[in-house]
Amino acid sequence: MINTIWFFLMVVGIIVGIINGRLEEVTQAAMDSASLAVQLCIGFIGIWALWLGLMKVAEKSGFIRGIGKVLSPITSILFPQVPKDHPAMGAMVMNMAANMMGLGNGATPLGLIAMKELQKLNPHKTRASNAMCLFLVINTSSITLIPTTVVALRMSTGSSQPTEIIGTALIATTISTLVGIISVKLLEKREG
Amino acid sequence: MILWISSAIIPLFILLILTIGFLKNIKVYDCFVEGAKEGVSTALRVFPYLLTMLVAIGVFRASGALDYLLEILGPIFGLMGVPKEVLPLYLLRPLSGSGALAILTDILKNYHPDSFVGRVASTLMGSAETIFYTLAVYFGSIGIKEYRHTLSAALIADFSALVASVVICSWVFG
Repeated sequence: MINTIWFFLMVVGIIVGIINGRLEEVTQAAMDSASLAVQLCIGFIGIWALWLGLMKVAEKSGFIRGIGKVLSPITSILFPQVPKDHPAMGAMVMNMAANMMGLGNGATPLGLIAMKELQKLNPHKTRASNAMCLFLVINTSSITLIPTTVVALRMSTGSSQPTEIIGTALIATTISTLVGIISVKLLEKREG
Repeated sequence: MILWISSAIIPLFILLILTIGFLKNIKVYDCFVEGAKEGVSTALRVFPYLLTMLVAIGVFRASGALDYLLEILGPIFGLMGVPKEVLPLYLLRPLSGSGALAILTDILKNYHPDSFVGRVASTLMGSAETIFYTLAVYFGSIGIKEYRHTLSAALIADFSALVASVVICSWVFG
């Protein structure tokens, strides 16, 4: 599916670019996006190294494992294939918690550790496991407790009540996360 | 208070982790260095996936194809009560975080944050992530090629966030 979508974005983009006479912009966008990827990754090196360093300490001290165990009554229902005291569980829980608090890029290294741990349990190394699919869907529909960026933006554009959307966003994101979990469970059954 | 919590959360977390590590007799410095080493290799592993995805998104936007998609989808979403001003945000958000933020800024400036459009847009923005980017980075980091049902489920969840935002905002704000 990702192959089809990627192909669609590229081919439709170029064809529409030809029709619109925007080929120069298309070329420029391709170059700019490539440079952006470099910039992003160089930026990531620093932030990720910081978090991966800290997480190594958390892992060795048993903190990650412990966090996973504490929340295992909930998480083991969602991720039945992952053993309760496996480090993957703790890393996933911490990634979700970091996302909830709106840490953004700070949450990513935790997620990458979780993926690495999940990969150890995965029998097909190039094919996503059920646990990975569910983890990523929860991650992308992430429950954010306080969307700080949006609140700040509302404040700066003259809202009289910038925080009034915290409640509505929380409900919307909870619904979308639940829909995501249900979709994953249904789709994984259909796939077998 | 909220601002204090969000600024204190990272330092307090670091303090907690290091203290626990120290109490458990871990050589925290050596251990930190060991973990930090993986920063470079992780970023390098993710890089080609990120680049490939970003280039396609960049081309698609710059060509004007996104605008056509909006024109086609506008009336369909209008039938469901989705204000057409919010649609660019909905379509761009799964593709690009910074792009979505730019569009939200635009919407809030043009329609005022306390309007219905402004509220729906803020709610929607506060309730999801950039799907394509996240999948590329997370799966890319461990070399997964078959995403299986991840993308479909993520897009279904994303769509439900749009519907929920519109319904909840009409309900709460009248």
